[in-house]
Amino acid sequence: MLEIGHIDVFYGDVQVIWDVSFCVKRGEIAALIGANGAGKSAILKTISGIVRSAAGKIVFNGKEIQNVEPYRLCEAGISHVPEARRLFAEMTVNDNLDMGSLKGNAKKDREQTKAMVFDLFPRLKERRNQLTGTLSGGEQQMAAIGRGLMSKPSLIMFDEPSLGLAPILVREIFSVITKIREEGTTVLIIEQNVKQTLAIADRAYVLANGKIVMEGTGKSLLNDEYIKTAYLGV
Amino acid sequence: MTSVQIEVLLQTVISGIFLGGLYALLGIGMTLIMGVMKIINLAHGELMMVGMYIAYALFSFFHIDPYLSIFIAAPALFLLGVMLQKFLINPVLTVESILPENQVILTVGIGMVLSNLATIFFTSDYRSTPVEYATKAWYISDFWKGSPIELSISFAWSVSFFFAVLITALLWFFLAKTDMGKSIRATAQDTDAALLMGVNVKKMRIITFGLGAALVGAAGCLFIPIYYLYPDLGGQFTLIAFVITILGGLGSTVGAIVGGLILGLFESLTATYIGMGWAPIGRFVIFIAALIFIPGGIVSLLKKQRFG
Ligand SMILES: Nc1ncnc2c1ncn2[C@@H]1O[C@H](COP(=O)(O)OP(=O)(O)O)[C@@H](O)[C@H]1O
Ligand SMILES: [Mg+2]
Repeated sequence: MLEIGHIDVFYGDVQVIWDVSFCVKRGEIAALIGANGAGKSAILKTISGIVRSAAGKIVFNGKEIQNVEPYRLCEAGISHVPEARRLFAEMTVNDNLDMGSLKGNAKKDREQTKAMVFDLFPRLKERRNQLTGTLSGGEQQMAAIGRGLMSKPSLIMFDEPSLGLAPILVREIFSVITKIREEGTTVLIIEQNVKQTLAIADRAYVLANGKIVMEGTGKSLLNDEYIKTAYLGV
Repeated sequence: MTSVQIEVLLQTVISGIFLGGLYALLGIGMTLIMGVMKIINLAHGELMMVGMYIAYALFSFFHIDPYLSIFIAAPALFLLGVMLQKFLINPVLTVESILPENQVILTVGIGMVLSNLATIFFTSDYRSTPVEYATKAWYISDFWKGSPIELSISFAWSVSFFFAVLITALLWFFLAKTDMGKSIRATAQDTDAALLMGVNVKKMRIITFGLGAALVGAAGCLFIPIYYLYPDLGGQFTLIAFVITILGGLGSTVGAIVGGLILGLFESLTATYIGMGWAPIGRFVIFIAALIFIPGGIVSLLKKQRFG
C-alpha cells in the first residue's frame, strides 16, 4: 500500500535520512522504532509532504506522491497524527474533529464518523465543547487520534502516540490502535516505546542515525538479542 | 455632578462606543491578517482610504449612498487584497533568504503607492459625501418626553455603528461556524497541522488578506459620511489599527473588538475632557501602556480569567 524507495532527507544542509526504503502492506500494523533523534518524525513528515525528500520515491496505492501538494494527501487517504498532538488549541474538540473532515466523503459522513470516534473515546464526547488547549495530555492524544480518524483514511500514521502518557493511558491508546486496524485501516506507527509497539506490530523496522538497520516481524524483533540489549534494556 | 455634566459624560461615552465599533472593524481586519500570515499589514489604513474613495466616487458620480457602496467597495477591496497577496506579498514570502521583516516593509511600500495613486486621481483636496442626513440627529426627548437629561445621537454615526456591529457579527459567524472560517483559524494556530488536515494553506492566506481588505474597505464606507477624506488619511488609520492589534493581542478577533472599543472610548474622553487635539496623544499613551503592562494584549488577560 505504501512503498518508500531510497529516500534522502535534509534539514537545511544536514542530511538526517540516508537511503531509507521500507513498505507497509494493506491491513497491517507496521512500526518504525528508534531512539530519540533517529529520524522517525522526519520520515513521517516526508511521507505527508511537510518536508520534501531530496531523492527517492514514495508510492501510495500505486501512485508516486513525493511531489503531490501536501494538502491533497489527506483526501487521497493518508492521515498523519503528528508528534506532540498539534491540536488547534484555541478551538473546541468538536471543531478540531470537524477540521479532520473537510473534504469529500469525510465531510458527507462527518456526524457518523464523529459518533464512531465518540464511541472509541467516550471522554471526548463529554469534552466536545471544551477548548483542546485545556484538555489533559491523555485527552489531547485522544482528540488528536480522533481528528486523524475523521478523514476516514485508508492509512493512518501515528508519531509517538504514547509520548508523555501514564502507563494506563498508554495501554488504552495501544488497544485503540489495534482496534483501528481491526476495522480495516492500515497503520504505520513510530515509537520509542519499543516493547509495546513490537507486541502489536506485524512488521517492524529499526531506525538508527537516519538509516534502517534491521527489519522483521514484531515478534522476531522482540526476541532478538540485539534489540533486547539496545532497546529493551534486558 | 450636575445634569449638564452627566449629559456631557453620557454623550462622550456614546460617541466613544460608536467610534470604538468602527475601530473594532478596522482592527479585526489587521488582526486576521496578522494571525494567519504573521505579518503586520502596514498598508491597512491605505486600503481603507481606497474604500473611502470608492464610496466617494460612487456618491459624486452616481449618487449612490455610501452605506450602499459597502456592497461594491468590500468586494472590490477583497479583489485588491487577493491580488496584492498573490502577486506581491506571496512571492516575497517564499524567497527563503529574505527576512520576514521584508514583507512588512513591502506593505509600507504598497501603502505609499496607494496614497500616491489617490493623489494622482483625486488630487490632495479634502473630500466628503454631503449626504442629506449628515446633520440629522435623534434626541432622547423625542422618545421619552419626561427625560431629565437630553442627549442627541447622530444619525450617520449610529447607522455606521449599526453596520459595523452587523459586519462583525457576520464575520464571527463565518469564522466560528463555517468550514472555511475554521480553516482560516486553524491556519493561524498551526500551519503544518492545517496542511495535514487538507487545508490549502496558500489559498487561505490569499483569502484572509482579501477578507481583511474587504473588512477595512467596508469600514471606509462607514467612515466617509462622518469624516473628511484625503489621500494621506491612511497612515493615521494604519496606526490606529496597529494600536488596536497590540492592545487586543496579536491575532485575536475578540481582543480587536475589545481593543477597538477601549481606544474609541479613551479617545472620545480625551477629546471632551482634555481637548480635541489630544486624541492622538491619548492613543500613543494607550499603546505604550499596553506594551508595558499587558504585553500579550487583552486576550491574554481574558485567558488567565478562563484558565485560572
Ligand atoms: N527543524 C529541524 N531543523 C534541523 N534539524 C532538525 C529539525 N528537527 C529535527 N532535526 C534533527 O533531525 C534529526 C532527526 O530528527 P527527528 O526526525 O525529529 O527524530 P525522531 O523523531 O526519531 O526523534 C535529529 O538529529 C534532529 O536533531
Ligand atoms: Mg520524533
